[in-house]
Amino acid sequence: MTDIKQENENIPVNYEKLMREIMTIYYIDAKTARQNNKKVAWITSGGPVEPLIAMDIIPVYPENYGAMIGASKMGVDLCKKAEEMGYSSDLCSYARGDISCATVNGGPIGGLPKPDMLVCCNNICGTVLKWYEIQARYFKVPLFIFDTPIVHTEFTPEMKNYVQRQMIEYVQFLENATGRKMDWDRMKDVGKLSVEGQQLWQEVLDTTISRPSPMTAFDAFFFLALIVTLRGTSQTIDFYRGLRDEMRRRVSVGQGAIPHERYRLLWDNLPIWYRLKWLSKEFAKHDACLVADTYTSAWCGSLKYVDENDFIGSAAESYTRIYLNIGVDKMAEIVLSMIDKYGADGIVLHSNRSCKPYSFGQYDIQKIVERERGIPSLIIEADMCDERSFSEAQTQTRIDAFMEMIRTAKGGS
Amino acid sequence: MKHLEEYRRALADPLAYARNLKQETGKAVIGYTCSYAPEEVIMAAGAHPLRLFGTKKQIHLSDSHLQSYCCSVVRGILEEGLSRRADVLDGVIFPHTCDSMQRLSDMWRMNIPFGFHLDVTLPVKLDTESAKEYMIDVLKKFRDDISRKLNVEISDDALQKAVSTTNAIRQSIRTIYDLRSQYPHLLPGDDLYNIVRASMIMDRDQLAGMLAETVAELRELAIGAGPATEKRVLLAGGMCNQPDVYALIERAGGEIVWDDFCTGARYFDGQIDAGTDPMTGIAERLLKRVVCPAKHIDLDGRARHILQLAKDKKAAGVIFLLLKFCDPHAFDYPYLKEYLDEAGIPLMLVEIDDTLPAGGQMQTRFEAFLEMLEKEKP
Repeated sequence: MTDIKQENENIPVNYEKLMREIMTIYYIDAKTARQNNKKVAWITSGGPVEPLIAMDIIPVYPENYGAMIGASKMGVDLCKKAEEMGYSSDLCSYARGDISCATVNGGPIGGLPKPDMLVCCNNICGTVLKWYEIQARYFKVPLFIFDTPIVHTEFTPEMKNYVQRQMIEYVQFLENATGRKMDWDRMKDVGKLSVEGQQLWQEVLDTTISRPSPMTAFDAFFFLALIVTLRGTSQTIDFYRGLRDEMRRRVSVGQGAIPHERYRLLWDNLPIWYRLKWLSKEFAKHDACLVADTYTSAWCGSLKYVDENDFIGSAAESYTRIYLNIGVDKMAEIVLSMIDKYGADGIVLHSNRSCKPYSFGQYDIQKIVERERGIPSLIIEADMCDERSFSEAQTQTRIDAFMEMIRTAKGGS
Repeated sequence: MKHLEEYRRALADPLAYARNLKQETGKAVIGYTCSYAPEEVIMAAGAHPLRLFGTKKQIHLSDSHLQSYCCSVVRGILEEGLSRRADVLDGVIFPHTCDSMQRLSDMWRMNIPFGFHLDVTLPVKLDTESAKEYMIDVLKKFRDDISRKLNVEISDDALQKAVSTTNAIRQSIRTIYDLRSQYPHLLPGDDLYNIVRASMIMDRDQLAGMLAETVAELRELAIGAGPATEKRVLLAGGMCNQPDVYALIERAGGEIVWDDFCTGARYFDGQIDAGTDPMTGIAERLLKRVVCPAKHIDLDGRARHILQLAKDKKAAGVIFLLLKFCDPHAFDYPYLKEYLDEAGIPLMLVEIDDTLPAGGQMQTRFEAFLEMLEKEKP
């Protein structure tokens, strides 16, 4: 994702390199946890990680690992292996990749460290429930299910009560798993750090409001890893503060992420991990910058429900009302507001075979966007990790046609 | 047997049946999408609960809302709404189950102009005290919601009465399954299929009486009936929208002695304790009944259940019908197979889209599978 950036020799810090270093150290810590008498919890990407951080349990994200599998183009082999194990090729490719990877010595970074416990929050999908049941049977470790009812239209008092009670049960689960008590003062601090991290991540993403945009959604897909995995740590805050300042600096000197930004696009759904570079080039060729996306913003989208002074108390609402755990019409509203906020000229929707709750409803969102904002949209049929569901030639043709529509709509040549 | 034709007719066109019923009785017709729907509350509101199975006919409107990787049940249900074929419905309720059904609820609410729409956002986890309380809370909220939508009071008495009706229905179907499991020749498999599905379509009061008569007839027939010599097979999977499967298996030399479908034995599993507060009783049954893989009770209860069924019903093998794109069941299949393999029970996987593979292909596959099964030793 660096290829299409403008030349700039004066950047004091290389944030991509820095993030790779942070993630490397994080994975080394996780893989040596046992030697250091630390516990490892596998947790879903939308799950409440803060209690783990507060209790010194190392969170590990199979979904982040799924992204690594996809980006390193190991998806097809690992998915095939899962299919040999009896899993249908129609199932989520993150799940297939992780399930098969757990049984082999291989995959990126030589596999994930084994979990001491599993924490599954179903605010992102029902797939994680099945996936974590499978891993709980495989690793024979305790599983906590954090059940966040979908907020189709309203967040009811019944839901709030249920999720809030689970927050307490969750902490008790962790206390049982570690044999230690929660330090509630520490929890409070971690909660504050988490909120600050999310605010900074939002500020990073918001730098793309500027024209030209200092970064693309492809950069955001890359920089996302920290807010997912190390939310609630001061390291994350330092990193995103630096990154935000760097992006603001680029804005101040008019440095855009692509050479000639003429069109601004919004991306919907997970990235197509094995074609990030290719896609970013294809769009840049048309002077189109993907300035924002619904995916990376999901990790700061429910900030409005968080009370930083009562993180645990407000977590019921903030963790339940995340982007994917709401009705399609609510998702469409958010898409419309992002189109306005970032000044998008078109929307690109990745119809992702792996993610039914994210993808079903996209056609309706597309119609709403076309009706309410009259901007062109493009649907790319693909899969986030399984390259067998992607056709480069077909996608290229469709991108070209879509960009032609955008050009016409914008009255350009 | 006298009611078989009525069951068959109701199933042949559930919406026409509902239209008739509505005309004759003036009952509001409430569609629902999943076996976790609290039918008793709908009945206590004086309305008629109608399970939606989705159509297999003329699917074209839903293609502009759903991608190709969506299951045929969700696609078929949406089609019935978009085409207005289901406009007899005064409302539809969507109990929370899988990701696809979850989005179907949104699409229905956003696109279907007739009838009201209600979500029943049930817990996914069923094994904790807080989940139980939440289940009860959600059901109570549903009671309030539907009484508002239909503008009727729902009394505890009406709930008790509905509970005793559904308990009687569940007991009758269980008895029919039991009798048939003992003497498979008493009733062709597709009639069994018709009975259990008709019980999600027909007027429940009327049905309770009809089923009791069917039970009595079967009991009569069972006297002096000889043991079956066919190979005994258990069906498992999600929901079965394929009546032909029964006849095909029977023609291939097998007898279906039980199933684990939500449109089958899972539907009538468990009774409601009518003695307690009816809402708590309804909740407790939903928490304890055989679980749908989109919900969680424990890590391997479903496999243990299927193993136990195979043992109890003396099934020589299990045929697993996997609806294409049904994630929860597809995730369960490998571990179910592992458990069955360990117990030495052969398992056959059949992936079904909206239609069965054409011609004799399916029958040949069933024959090959049945061939290798051992006959039950008398």
